[in-house]
Amino acid sequence: MSKIHITTKVNGEEVEFLADPRDTLLDCLRDQLELTGTKEGCSTGDCGACSVTVDGTLVCSCLMLGVEAQDKQIETIEGMAQDGELHPLQRKFIEHAALQCGFCTPGILVAAKALLEKNPDPNETEVRYWLAGNLCRCTGYDKIIRAVMDAAAEMRGAA
Amino acid sequence: MAKDTANELRIVGTRPDRPDGLDKVTGRARYGADISAAGLLHGAVVRSPHAHARIVKIDASKALALSGVKAVVTRDDFPTGLTGEAWDLQENTMAGERALYDGHAVAAVAATSAQLARDAAKLIEVEYEILPHVTDVDAAMAPDAPIIREGAADHSVPDGLHPNVVRYIEFGHGDLEDGFAKADIVREHQYKTEAAHQGYIEPHACMGQMGADGKGEMWVCTQGHWYIRKMCTQVLGLDASQLRVTPSEIGGGFGGKTTIFMEPLSLALSRKAGGRPVKIVMSRSEVLRATGPTASASMDVKIGMTKDGKITAGSATFRMQGGAFAGAPVDMALYCAFAAYKVPALQHVGYDVLANRPKAAAYRAPGSPMAAFAVESLLDEMCNELGLDPLDVRVKNAAQSHETSSFGPKFGVIGLNETLAATQAHPNLSAPLGPNQGRGIASGFWFNHGGDTSVSMALGEDGTVTVSIGTPDIGGSRASMAMMAAETLEIPYDNVRVNIVETGALGVNEPTHGSRATFATGKATVEAAQGMIVEMCKRAAAKWGIEPDAVEWRDGAAHPAGPNAGEYPPMTIGEIGAAMSNTGGPIAGHHESVPAGVGESFGTHVVDVEVDPETGRTTILRYLVVQDAGRAIHPAYVEGQYQGGAVQGIGWALNEEYVYDDMGRLQNPVFLDYRVPVASDLPMIDTVIVEVPNPGHPYGVRGVGETGIAPPLPAVANAVAAATGVRMRHLPITPSKLLAAIKASKNG
Amino acid sequence: MKYHCPKTFEDAAQIAADATGIIRYLAGGTDVLVQMRAGMVTPDDMIDLKHIPGVKDIVKNADGSWTIGAAVAGAELGAHAEFCADYPGIVEGLELVGSTQVQGRATLTGNLCNGSPAADSVPAMIAAGAIAHVVGPNGARDIAVGDIPVGPGKTSLNKGEIIASLTIPARNAQGGDAYLRFTPRTEMDIAVVGCAVNLTLDGDRVATARVAMGAVAPTVIVLADAADTIIGTTLDTDALDKLAAVVSAAVKPISDKRGTAEFRTDVAGVLAKRAAKIAYDRAKGTK
Repeated sequence: MSKIHITTKVNGEEVEFLADPRDTLLDCLRDQLELTGTKEGCSTGDCGACSVTVDGTLVCSCLMLGVEAQDKQIETIEGMAQDGELHPLQRKFIEHAALQCGFCTPGILVAAKALLEKNPDPNETEVRYWLAGNLCRCTGYDKIIRAVMDAAAEMRGAA
Repeated sequence: MAKDTANELRIVGTRPDRPDGLDKVTGRARYGADISAAGLLHGAVVRSPHAHARIVKIDASKALALSGVKAVVTRDDFPTGLTGEAWDLQENTMAGERALYDGHAVAAVAATSAQLARDAAKLIEVEYEILPHVTDVDAAMAPDAPIIREGAADHSVPDGLHPNVVRYIEFGHGDLEDGFAKADIVREHQYKTEAAHQGYIEPHACMGQMGADGKGEMWVCTQGHWYIRKMCTQVLGLDASQLRVTPSEIGGGFGGKTTIFMEPLSLALSRKAGGRPVKIVMSRSEVLRATGPTASASMDVKIGMTKDGKITAGSATFRMQGGAFAGAPVDMALYCAFAAYKVPALQHVGYDVLANRPKAAAYRAPGSPMAAFAVESLLDEMCNELGLDPLDVRVKNAAQSHETSSFGPKFGVIGLNETLAATQAHPNLSAPLGPNQGRGIASGFWFNHGGDTSVSMALGEDGTVTVSIGTPDIGGSRASMAMMAAETLEIPYDNVRVNIVETGALGVNEPTHGSRATFATGKATVEAAQGMIVEMCKRAAAKWGIEPDAVEWRDGAAHPAGPNAGEYPPMTIGEIGAAMSNTGGPIAGHHESVPAGVGESFGTHVVDVEVDPETGRTTILRYLVVQDAGRAIHPAYVEGQYQGGAVQGIGWALNEEYVYDDMGRLQNPVFLDYRVPVASDLPMIDTVIVEVPNPGHPYGVRGVGETGIAPPLPAVANAVAAATGVRMRHLPITPSKLLAAIKASKNG
Repeated sequence: MKYHCPKTFEDAAQIAADATGIIRYLAGGTDVLVQMRAGMVTPDDMIDLKHIPGVKDIVKNADGSWTIGAAVAGAELGAHAEFCADYPGIVEGLELVGSTQVQGRATLTGNLCNGSPAADSVPAMIAAGAIAHVVGPNGARDIAVGDIPVGPGKTSLNKGEIIASLTIPARNAQGGDAYLRFTPRTEMDIAVVGCAVNLTLDGDRVATARVAMGAVAPTVIVLADAADTIIGTTLDTDALDKLAAVVSAAVKPISDKRGTAEFRTDVAGVLAKRAAKIAYDRAKGTK
């Protein structure tokens, strides 16, 4: 079994790694690039803990092969804060206590960021349906939804 | 002396940012699988596909022939001679003569990549002789049920019961016959709940390393690393001190990560692979098949009530299966069953039964949700029959502070009356309901817990403080400990850093379970801080040349206590820290105990549902949690516990269950078909924190994590009954079952 | 496993012809990667179709029909306002597959070729009369989408045949479609029953109709008798009740972990009523 050399951009930085063709993008991010912020919760695309964006589209990295990353632009949780400054979503999550164990948090933040880039003024139902693929077992989702809507409001105010 | 009036508190009761928040929103926090080491190997586990089978032969030769495969272990690599719970743990860690459930580990392999380990596991050939199996709790007690283990029953079990009945409990008080005779109506029904999994999003993961000398290290996501240490060393025949366990951050536990599953395998593989570290990360289907869900229950409840709503007698007979080992929480279920009520005559009988299912683990208030479903449903049925308001009936029969509980001990100060009153006053009770909508109410209870606690606290040279605790942070408890330390020392919250330290650094700690961390670790933190205050006052006294008891601690500094002590400028904690080397040496506080004064917690929930009468699908419209927290150290994290528990209960009531086929194989081992609630299934969860302070804790804390999962099961069932006129007595209330029941009720 | 990125369908077909072991095609990968990780399949050759020109295109042809490339993801289809206006039923079917993340990758062709009896996008495609353009070692051919799945996990495609694109007929001006499914949760479940209705109107009356049911048989079934009950009607209560009754009588589903046969039978009728109503309102322009 031979590995394939992949060059791609992750969080704006060009990186390279060797991928076994059967490795998922999630495997490669975590094990080859040591970006462990993206989590594995199920490997069946049911929990969203592995959420990243690829060329601007929100996907489960467990449902993509590492070899498919060639020449793509990938954004992970590690790229969300810019120059040491937290994204409003990250700040609001802390402020609203929208995390308990924190394991689902990276996936939810990446997903919520993708939502607000597409729709800066979602209502509660739209937020809930967008995040339906991000399981949280600790919070019951209440504070997560509040944090996302509060961040959206702040980002609209600042715009 | 700790303050006990809310308006004297500066920090407790506020909502500062949690200290690990930054790490957790940036992906920097490291969980069980987020670790690597030089020479790392990856482990994979071979698991039985049969519910019950004799293991005839294991042939690992093809796997070992693969380049990159470094070790294979089977039960032969484990010591013999264990008994009791230690034997149970070992048997569950790796099957011996027989595989006892679909998913039971029979062998494990370590290889240089995770992919290779999985491929190698597939090459390990296991020959099985399939045996008859049983998965249903009532069927497992029947005379013709296959015997899962001979001689596993203990002295509690009466003669004449099937060998699968391994524990028996019976307790009660009063004259039952007389009590029922005094009732105007006596009703009895059977209620059933299915096994549910805690459903934490982080699968079990560990990295273990063990040398030929038996000395080892482990990194693991766990609720309690001393338990991991104890259990791994028992199962492997080692001394406790030979293993050092470091807890990672933990991605949820809810009780399911208070025990071991594959952790000893990583150590055994490591030792066999020349001491190279071995990482094992469970897949989701392994988590569901082979870690510990909670028990399923078959329950008979009988209650007698007068027509003005006084409960005169009650009896509960519960049968629960906890998998192929003793440990179904039938005792705790029975203790909880009538805990919210003062009943003159009660009888409880419980059976802990074996079945060919995975070894059950604790799940948030183990036993309490099942008991609440049975008792609170029957009470609701009887209130409806008599035309009584269910909250009024609860108030009328409510258990009281300082009185004997239904399960024996006297309650301390409890807040049940206050939660009922707060519920009655809540606007959700008057929200209008439309067609096909209904409201359900239920109460619930949890004991909470003290347990082995050990905390240490150290003063830095700059006056900042480091607190070392042993309870992993599942839901924000670092913040609560820092708040309590800062409050006691009267220093800023940001000047306290809380670390969860490894097993070598503190005395034994029980896990973060039993809703004990804020109570027990918190109490020990306060005690340790008070110890440090005593020492700091001694240093100031020595410098001033006065008696130590003439010094008092105020606003983060030592002051002469009163004008007679003398006129000296205060010595701040920073000044004391800077000078400590020269005034007697390092200053630290520490505290070890099994703290007394645990405060029980009651909650009452109100849920509004809408049922689609053509499909049986239930939608949650509105949900309210009212629960006594004693004192909410950090109210946002208390609300979070209420909301999380409610939603787990909603999932258990509506959709979650273990589904086995007729071969005893788990049919839904992935999140697609093990259906936990998703964001679009739910509304916001309203919460009310009632505070009836627990006198047993310096700040009045009661545990809050567990009570909240008990009321949802009956509350949802009660609401569905109100919405449809149909009473569901077997959870989960799936659309299939509900539609069939609705149709049957229409047909007369 | 060998990973291939052919640049043409001819190259892809050649790779498949030369392959001696298990072949899998990769568009969105939301089924095949799950199956690989679960140990259900270990492909010897994985042929990624996404580097072939045209696979990501959504084209409205001169005659008003639509051609959708094999690798168009749900999110992309859902963002195409004009296609959504013509065939909201097909779009809502595909958009019900999995989560927002899955939508970023999942495709109509993948959903079709995975061969699940419960596939959400297939009933509406069949109801619309969609055609698959298949390329293979023996040239190209067109197959009705309904003829592709032949049983759970199985298609009628021969070795080396790949779906290059799907064509959906032009939307009749007075036409509307809808897809509904029953799931216990609001999202993230496999359909317990799925129903697509595609109809055209003549004034207020239903002129033509197709009723396609998913998850009640090994493949999607088209119920001509059910369609007949609403043709010529204004979809009044009587017609809807008849529709539900005929659908419930026609389906013979199994009981499995997701639902009993009785439940599926009852809900099939309920969904048919509700989907027909939505399709009707869309055709009238009132929805």
